[in-house]
Amino acid sequence: MVAASLSRPAAAPAWSQTLLQALPAPGGVLAPVQQRGRDALAALPLPSRRDEAWRFTPLEVLTALDPAQLALGSAPPLSLPPAASATLRLVLDGRSDPLAGVTLPEGLSPLSEAELQHCLGRTLEANGCREAWPVLLNKAAAGQLLALRVQGAVEPVLELVCDAGREACLVPVRVLLVLEEGASLALLQVHRSAGANLSSVVVEAQLGEGARLQHGLLAHGHSEAALLAHLAVCQEPGSELALSSATAGWGLLRFEPRVQQADGQAQTTLRALQLVSGHQLADTHSQVVFEGPEGRLDQLHKVVAGDAGRSVFNGAVRVPRAAQRTDASQLSRSLLLSERARVDTKPELEIVADDVRCAHGATVSQLQQDELFYLQSRGIAADRASALLLRGYCEEILRSLPAAAAAWQPLPTLLGETTDR
Amino acid sequence: MIRPDAPVLLEIRDLHARVEDQPILHGVNLTLRAGEIHAVMGRNGSGKSTLSKVLAGHPAYSVTSGSVQFRGENLLELDPEQRARIGLFLGFQYPIEIPGVSNLEFLRVATNARRLQKGDDELDTFAFEDLVRERLAVVQMDPAFLERSVNEGFSGGEKKRNEILQMALLEPLVAILDETDSGLDIDALRIVAGGVNHLASPDNATLLITHYQRLLDVITPDYVHVMAKGRILRTGGKELALELEERGYDWVDQELAALEVA
Repeated sequence: MVAASLSRPAAAPAWSQTLLQALPAPGGVLAPVQQRGRDALAALPLPSRRDEAWRFTPLEVLTALDPAQLALGSAPPLSLPPAASATLRLVLDGRSDPLAGVTLPEGLSPLSEAELQHCLGRTLEANGCREAWPVLLNKAAAGQLLALRVQGAVEPVLELVCDAGREACLVPVRVLLVLEEGASLALLQVHRSAGANLSSVVVEAQLGEGARLQHGLLAHGHSEAALLAHLAVCQEPGSELALSSATAGWGLLRFEPRVQQADGQAQTTLRALQLVSGHQLADTHSQVVFEGPEGRLDQLHKVVAGDAGRSVFNGAVRVPRAAQRTDASQLSRSLLLSERARVDTKPELEIVADDVRCAHGATVSQLQQDELFYLQSRGIAADRASALLLRGYCEEILRSLPAAAAAWQPLPTLLGETTDR
Repeated sequence: MIRPDAPVLLEIRDLHARVEDQPILHGVNLTLRAGEIHAVMGRNGSGKSTLSKVLAGHPAYSVTSGSVQFRGENLLELDPEQRARIGLFLGFQYPIEIPGVSNLEFLRVATNARRLQKGDDELDTFAFEDLVRERLAVVQMDPAFLERSVNEGFSGGEKKRNEILQMALLEPLVAILDETDSGLDIDALRIVAGGVNHLASPDNATLLITHYQRLLDVITPDYVHVMAKGRILRTGGKELALELEERGYDWVDQELAALEVA
């Protein structure tokens, strides 16, 4: 694999070229963005393992997908579980207008074209990922976006469903949310795939002063499917972001949540559960940057790695001189269920300010013998005891998803196909 | 209660066991009949806790020779869960915290595993809640603890109450309580000991493992065994515990030395 990447030419590889040629012509409100994305992508090689950020993340699952088929295919009509009550469900397929025929509840309104010009891409820029390869891919492909202004406390949960289905296709999802001062919203993003296809996601959120965003991401994929997702958030003082993600089943998952506290004094809570089995690879690169004082971060990243699954976690936290009295904690916990599974986990703390509290830790372990024995000593069989412990391990993260996630039965969905032990 | 004709529940014969490469038990003999309460005392490192873990089937301990019969059945060839289902209970010195697993669900799964073994029906969630609320009274436990994760964030006393609650639900024939008194204040000790007394019956037997007399002030043992260097050095009635309290363990060393010379 390393040898292959070394011999790769520096110009755009055939894979990108074929994709770009096959994509439909740019159109609609995003046409200029699409064109810029395509121009940039055409000049870039695929991320390679020579890039530090992709060191543990080979792209075979992505490059095994036929780019021409991806570009021409489309996501199928869906059969979805009934939405939970008090939920506004929108289906995003990257091609049709997600707001067509939808009556938005109080507090949600579409952004005007002028506002879009002003806002789109700003949080990507602020978080330093405007030119990241997965972001450019999304720009090149996405012909539609969901762009909403959020005012006041929005009652229903906003549920965004993106299902790539069984067939080869590329589902580009782009979302922009502008939460005004004091606004609050619960958002649940659901991604599914049941075949060899590619989901490309870019979500931007601006949180005004005192705004609150509870953001859940539930993604269950297929061993030949790739999910490349960027989430970029800018937080004004007094705002709160609670992001919980739970992912399983993707042949290749790359998730990059990036948060900037523009003037510090905001609360960021990151919770993640990342399951891999078979030969799957899941990679989370998170980044939180404090540009002002008294910001807070509480991050817990949990992994379950079975079979020959591979998990990567890189958690960057940047605390420059301006960010005095930052209080940040990051914990990564990995559970290895098999001797062939592999976990690479790395905190990346860059602290310049001197009056800060920054804690970090990483554990990699197997199911604890003492915990298993305790359950067994109460008459619970070993396999049942393991399952209980595993569920407990996952539950800690899943219970922080928005309530609407219950409609998707996250625990059995995520564990069902990932724990063939 | 000593009845010479009561059925033997647990019979330990010349038991030798080790953890990793370290031999710990060097020939333990002990017989528990129905209705009896036994106390095993001894210093740290004498093998008391090892004995309890070996009996419950902890995978880190291996039996090198000897036998353990549970109502005539070879206990040592059973998995830990099977031992629990046929009525052996170990109350842990340090009960394990299990985040994310609800205490109520844990108790229900455990109770049903034991009930199935006895030929009783499994209890559904509603029937089980009735049962568990009734048994909570045995240890005066707040029902709020049912909703929390198993032992997570419980105080030392709450963990021990949770152990006795499990005992009350599982209705074991042989209960081994490993230093159940450790870390308890006097009120918690009374409550926990009260629970043990409440659950002791002519049909079951209890093995208390303890350092201190103070537990035996509230639970009266029929037999007291003094353990040292992996075997039972002396057996007596409850007065033996008082003697230990008074004289300390120094005489144990002397007896051991005498034994080794002989």
